[in-house]
Amino acid sequence: MARHVVAPVDELPPGSRKFLTIDERPIAVFNVKGEFFGLLNRCPHQGAALCEGPLIGLAQSSEPGEIEYTKLGEIIRCPWHGWEFDIRTGQSYCDPKRFRVKAYAVNVEPGSSVVKGPYIAETLKVSVENDYVVVDL
Amino acid sequence: MNVQFRPSADAPVTAKTAIADCDIHPARRSMKDLYPYLAKRWHDHLETYGGHAYQGMMEGPPYPKAQPNASRRDAYPPEGGVQGSSLSFMQQQHLDPNNVALGVLNPLNTGQGLRNQELSAALATAINDWQIAEWTSKDSRLKGSVVVANEDGVASAAEIRKRAGDKNFVQVLLLSRNVEPLGQRRYWPIYEAAQDAGLPIGVHAFGFGGNPITASGWPSYYIEEMVGHSQCQQTALASIVLEGVLERFPKLKMIMIEAGFGWAPSLAWRLDRVWQKLRSEVPHVKRPPSEYIKDHIWWTTQPMEDPERRDHLFQTIDWIGWDKLLFATDYPHWDYDEPSRVLPAGVSDANRAAFYLGNARELYGIT
Repeated sequence: MARHVVAPVDELPPGSRKFLTIDERPIAVFNVKGEFFGLLNRCPHQGAALCEGPLIGLAQSSEPGEIEYTKLGEIIRCPWHGWEFDIRTGQSYCDPKRFRVKAYAVNVEPGSSVVKGPYIAETLKVSVENDYVVVDL
Repeated sequence: MNVQFRPSADAPVTAKTAIADCDIHPARRSMKDLYPYLAKRWHDHLETYGGHAYQGMMEGPPYPKAQPNASRRDAYPPEGGVQGSSLSFMQQQHLDPNNVALGVLNPLNTGQGLRNQELSAALATAINDWQIAEWTSKDSRLKGSVVVANEDGVASAAEIRKRAGDKNFVQVLLLSRNVEPLGQRRYWPIYEAAQDAGLPIGVHAFGFGGNPITASGWPSYYIEEMVGHSQCQQTALASIVLEGVLERFPKLKMIMIEAGFGWAPSLAWRLDRVWQKLRSEVPHVKRPPSEYIKDHIWWTTQPMEDPERRDHLFQTIDWIGWDKLLFATDYPHWDYDEPSRVLPAGVSDANRAAFYLGNARELYGIT
């Protein structure tokens, strides 16, 4: 597993997402209310660019007439067929046993540690003063 | 390493086998796109009165959709406009990377289902001229459908006869939900003209006849409309068979578009079983109904049937015939089928070739 430096933290403010290709894999990194998440940008259903869809919440019903709406902004909805996946785990909600999108750990690391490595940041200049978003792949 | 990634046709196109796409939806950006093909009288009429649909709404579909314009969110053209309104973006995103050798255009929501029959006919003619000017004349892979003022059989027949022999068109387009079931006599001039012109009739799911999508009233949810398309199509097909349309117009070929095909055997079995008992009520139906269906009906694939066991899919197709299925994606609509993902393993090369391209070429006469 390699650690890839994606961006300085201030380039990925809350509500933003960034699309990258790492090791020929399409990846999307999200900042949701200050928390960072990474997903493979390919829907396991028919291959759409999943992470171009909207981030919505999870509507569930424990019994008729009762609806809970949770995980606000943490469910990615595919831009083609609307399949829903949990941005934290990659779990699907239509068929969790058969379908899962690959989720990657994303962390913020200080520049001082990123400079030391072992990190991969081929196109980013890294300085010790900044914090960086790092994805494990 | 840290490059922006967007799927696009800029990415290298791998060599893929050529396919037909028998259900593509070109969209107009607005009604004004049709003004060059409409008399000035209708510009003013539209701006003064608008349309007047049977369904009781001024415009739009009877049910809200799950994605904007019922289309893929990644299919907005970069130059603006709704999904499906740009030929160049359709080429980039779909026709080129998927190696679409034959694409059949099915324009929706223009001309069909209006109470003002004069306006309906004028819009149908306009959208047909628009298909030639904006699409088929610019990309020879694309072929149009003759849109008709479907509730006015005489006007429809005139439009079909006007387009007869025009190689820009490969079929006549009807929808499944009309004012009356599709086999009834008000629609016969359409079938007669299509048979004379040698054009098959495509019956696309959906419609604007004002009837509920179910036979038991208006359901609550869009998901019920999505499922209801196959039920509507069954009543349309039963009506076509039982009214004797295929006996009266024996050369007619029809395509069931976007309504599934898994139900075909059970509908035919039931029709045959009841016909044995009630044949004397419909003596014009001379053969078992299943025979008309097997002889005259083709089926587009999207949305592809997806049973848990693939042998169930293959058994269904064996009943229908591998020569009767026409691959379709429904681009740019949200329930689009990705060409490489629809057919499971275990299909012979010959059947695969027929499914993706051969059947469409043969039916539509495109070599």
